[in-house]
Amino acid sequence: MNGRSESGTMALLIPAIVFVLLLFLFPFGYGLFMSLTKADGSFSLANYIRFFQDARDVRTIGVTLGIAVPVTLLAVGLAVPLSYHMRRGVPGERLITFFLIVPVTLGTVLVSEGMLTFMGPNGWLNQLIMALCLSKTPVRFTHNYTGVAISVGLQGFPYAFLMLLGYVSGINPDLEKASQMLGANKWQTFWKVLFPLMVPGIAISFCLNFVMAFSVFPSAVLLGQPSGPQRVIAYAAYQWAFEKFNFNAAAAISMVMAAIELAVIALILAWRSKMYKGASIVGKG
Amino acid sequence: MIDVRSKLRPGNALFVLMIVVYVAIVLGILLTVVLNSVSKGWYSGLLPKTITTEWYQYVSQDHDIPQLLYVTFVVAIADVLVGLLIAFPASYTLARTEFRGKGILLSLFLLPMIVPPMAYGLPLAMLCYKFRLAGKIIGTIIVNLVPIVPFMILVLMPFIEQVGTNLESAAKMLGAKRSTIFRKILIPLTAPGILTAGILSLVKSISMFDLTYLVAGGKSQTIVVALYSDAYAAGARPPQSVDALAVIYFLISMTCLLVSLRFVSPTQMVFKVK
Repeated sequence: MNGRSESGTMALLIPAIVFVLLLFLFPFGYGLFMSLTKADGSFSLANYIRFFQDARDVRTIGVTLGIAVPVTLLAVGLAVPLSYHMRRGVPGERLITFFLIVPVTLGTVLVSEGMLTFMGPNGWLNQLIMALCLSKTPVRFTHNYTGVAISVGLQGFPYAFLMLLGYVSGINPDLEKASQMLGANKWQTFWKVLFPLMVPGIAISFCLNFVMAFSVFPSAVLLGQPSGPQRVIAYAAYQWAFEKFNFNAAAAISMVMAAIELAVIALILAWRSKMYKGASIVGKG
Repeated sequence: MIDVRSKLRPGNALFVLMIVVYVAIVLGILLTVVLNSVSKGWYSGLLPKTITTEWYQYVSQDHDIPQLLYVTFVVAIADVLVGLLIAFPASYTLARTEFRGKGILLSLFLLPMIVPPMAYGLPLAMLCYKFRLAGKIIGTIIVNLVPIVPFMILVLMPFIEQVGTNLESAAKMLGAKRSTIFRKILIPLTAPGILTAGILSLVKSISMFDLTYLVAGGKSQTIVVALYSDAYAAGARPPQSVDALAVIYFLISMTCLLVSLRFVSPTQMVFKVK
C-alpha cells in the first residue's frame, strides 16, 4: 500500500475519533472538572468531602453494591452451567433464547412496571403462592429489596447467559473429546478444560453485568423505596443534578461511581489473568 | 452420542425447570400488563371481570401519542444512520490495517461500553443544557449515539474482516477511486453486517432509557421516558393507564424485535466477547 492511500485509510478513523473525543472524553473530563470546582469556579475538594460526610449519600455506595454484587454473582453463576449445558444446542433453543432476549429488549422500565402488578399483593404470583399454601399472607415482592433484585436479575441473567453461550459454543469441541479420551469424567472435563477456557467470557460478562446493575436506577425507584433503603447511587447523582440543581455535587457522585466501577473491573481482570494464561487454545469449533 | 446420555441426567431436569420458571415470570409480567390495561376493577381473582378500552382513551388524552412515537422513531433512525456513518469507516480501517496504537484506539472506542452511562451521561447532559440542546430532539439523538457507535464497531469489524481483499485490490489496480470501491464493492459485500448492526442498534435505541431520561423533556420525550415518568408519578393517574402506555411501548418494541429476529439471532443482541 502506498503512502497516500495509507493516509487515506487512516483518515476514515477521523469521524470516530472526533466522536469519542467530543461526546465521551470531553464530557468525562468536564465532569471531572466540575466535581473539583465550586459553583464559583474555584478549585476545591468540597464536593467529594460533602459526599463522604453526608451519611445519607455515602450509604448509597453500600446500598448499590448490596444489590449489584449478589445479583451479578447469581446471574453469572447460573449462566455458566446453563450455557455449558446448551453448548451443543438443545431442542427449542430458538424459543428459549427468544424468551431470554425479551426482557433485555423491553428494558428495565417496562419490566419494573409490569412487576408491580404481577408480583403485587393481589397479583398472579401471590395468588399462586397462596393457592399452593406456601404462605398464608401475600409475600411482599414490591417496594423492597427483593423486588429491585428480581428486576435487576431478570435483565442481567439473559445478558450473561447469551454472552456466555456465544463464548462457550466457540470453544473447540475436540478439546472436550480429547479430555474424555484421556479418561477424565464429565466433572473433570468441565473444571479442568472448559471452565478455564470460559474464564475470559465469564470475566467480561461479569464486568458488563456489574456495570449495568450498578448504574441502573429505574428498578430501584419503581420497585424499591428510593427515599430510604433502596436509594441507589445513580439516583442520588440524578437528584443532586436535577432536583437540587447542584451539578458540581452530582458530578462528584458520578466520578465516585466511575471509580468504584473501574476498581471492580480491575479486580475482575486481575482474577482473569490469574486464572487464564493460554489465549491460543480457543480454536473456533 | 453425548446428547442422548445428557437427556437422562438430573442436570437436564434442573435446566428445564429453570427455563420454565424464567419464561413463566416473563410471560406473567407481560400478560398482567396487557390484561390490566383493558380491565376495570381488577383487584382480585385470576382474570379481570370487566373489559374496557377506557384507559387507552385516557392515555391518548394524557399524552400526545403520535408525538411520542414520532420522537422515538426519529431518534432511533437518526442514531442508526449517523452511527453507521461514523462506525463503518472506522471499522473498515480497524479491520484492514495494522498501525501503531491500534489496540489503544480500539479500547478507546469501546470504553463507553464499560463506563456506566451515568458517569459520562450526567456531564454530557449538563453540557447539553449549557449549549441549549437538551429538551430538543437533537440532544436526545446526540446522547444516545455514545453507546451505539462502539456497539456498531464491535458488530461491523468481523463482517469486514470476512470480506476478502482481492476484489478491492483488483478494483484499485483498475484505477477505481476509494469512494467507488466503497460504493460498488465494500458496501454491497458487507450489507449483511450493516443490516445486523443497524437492526440491533434500532432495537437497542428504542429501549434506551438512562441517557434519554437525562436530557429529554416535553416535546423531546421518547415513549420509554414517558412510561417511566408515568410509573414514577403513579398516584397522579390510574395504574391501568400506565399499563396502557406500557402496552403501546411493548407493541412497538416487540414488533421491532420480531422483525429483527428474521435477520439476526438473539445471541447477537448482546455483543460478542473476544
